[in-house]
Amino acid sequence: MSNKNHHEKIEKSVSLLAILSIVAISFGTLVLITPLFFMDETTQPVDGMQPYTALQLEGRDIYIREGCVGCHSQMVRPFRAEVERYGHYSVAGESVWDHPFLWGSKRTGPDLARVGQRYSDDWHYAHLMDPRSVVPQSNMPAYPWLDKNLLDGKHTAKKMTVLQSYGVPYTDEDIAGAAAAVQGKTEMQALIAYLQSLGTHLK
Amino acid sequence: MSNFWSAWIIVLTLPVLIGCALLLKWNLTNHVGVPEDSTTGHEVDGIEEINNPLPRWWTYMFVLTLVWSVYYLAAYPGLGKWQGFLGWTSSNQGIKSLEESRLAVEKAKAEGLNVQLDREVFKADEVYGPVFQQFAQRDVLDLAYDDEAIKIGQRLFLQNCALCHGSDARGQQGFPNLTDNDWLYGGTPDKIKETLLYGRKAAMPGWIDALGEQGVKEMTAYVLSLSGRSVNEREAEAGKAKFALCAACHGADGKGSLAHNLPFGAPNLTDNIWLYGGSAAAVEETLTKGRYGVMPAFEQTLGKDKVHILTAYVYRLAHPEPTTTAQ
Repeated sequence: MSNKNHHEKIEKSVSLLAILSIVAISFGTLVLITPLFFMDETTQPVDGMQPYTALQLEGRDIYIREGCVGCHSQMVRPFRAEVERYGHYSVAGESVWDHPFLWGSKRTGPDLARVGQRYSDDWHYAHLMDPRSVVPQSNMPAYPWLDKNLLDGKHTAKKMTVLQSYGVPYTDEDIAGAAAAVQGKTEMQALIAYLQSLGTHLK
Repeated sequence: MSNFWSAWIIVLTLPVLIGCALLLKWNLTNHVGVPEDSTTGHEVDGIEEINNPLPRWWTYMFVLTLVWSVYYLAAYPGLGKWQGFLGWTSSNQGIKSLEESRLAVEKAKAEGLNVQLDREVFKADEVYGPVFQQFAQRDVLDLAYDDEAIKIGQRLFLQNCALCHGSDARGQQGFPNLTDNDWLYGGTPDKIKETLLYGRKAAMPGWIDALGEQGVKEMTAYVLSLSGRSVNEREAEAGKAKFALCAACHGADGKGSLAHNLPFGAPNLTDNIWLYGGSAAAVEETLTKGRYGVMPAFEQTLGKDKVHILTAYVYRLAHPEPTTTAQ
């Protein structure tokens, strides 16, 4: 066996193999992902975008807690069939203040990226209390407890402060008034407020 | 994309491709130290490791992927700012407003740009556009009894309206029945179309602060008496005395805003048709909390031509048989 066989060195050292594997696959990350953190197209919000209100933000956390993202995507892809059904395709500038984003990858239910203002608040209420009451063939679970649980707003300001540190332009007044804005509201109201805001930022 | 990131992508991508090619070349020559097809000296349980060359089919595939990657990066937008010689892009991704999006689509159409989504949409418009335009030029009253138009209208209805109004269009609590020819904002083709295009927002305020609990009870009795229900006379009389509050929208006779040519969408209280339920409890709830029904606007979603056909379908629901004059 010749000493020139460097390949053998890599084959016999797990740590060297691991390090070189990481170097090899990191090129993909550096090329495909890194620039997205710095490009205007992906870091600048769409025109006139407003951050979520305190109530919408709490609604978003309920959306996450109840696992809505497991069955609903929030990403209208640029295909005619999708644009026809859901509306304008999603653009990066709409998600720049979403931490974490909720694009999802599973569509047991329909995409929700443009569901805002598509139905009335009353419809969302009826649908979340009992989906079959408005869509007889629906297999979505009911979420009646959302109507009973009240928000206490204990962590709303803290959440907004954290998001502010990520660059979401909340003002100090927004944060100061956060707890009062959600106090006494039901989780249902918060979730509906969040749903009604989805996809309405692109104007 | 800035020049820096463009250069970043190019500088990282091209050397990797060249590196892959060099790696293949290096592996095609024998570095093992023993002639090809002879044993390397490794042997376990009688199984020997032979110094075989790379399989031909595998080598060719590797070369093909390299050739494809060079073609791909030349033809499609992959190398930083290079847009590719096909000029292809999936959609107008950089847009920051619907107006910018609309302008980008117009530009793509005028200049024949290779935008995948826009091309798909233009092609579909070419095929389906004339069908909708042809219907859009005809009168709603005519379309309402045209089988083709109604077939299209029904599909549009099932996809967009049935969620609230039900697949049979008979509505449900909070969502109007469209088959009973009882209208909140008007049942003429023009009014139906207006409702579909721009939506409606009802605003029935809650009266608990003004009336108090007893007042709500009395008003409920009076409102129910308007459609001939038997109620507590004394309560109804007390309610009637305060009905001026309601008359502003529902009319002094309670026949609703439409009967008085007013655009509030305040229902007729005398016809025993109840959007939110006609039980005393339901009417009490309406009076206490108010009702804020919303009909969403479909101008953006469907466009004028499809709404025109849908108008005919909705008109037909309330008028199964042709009538000589529009009601």
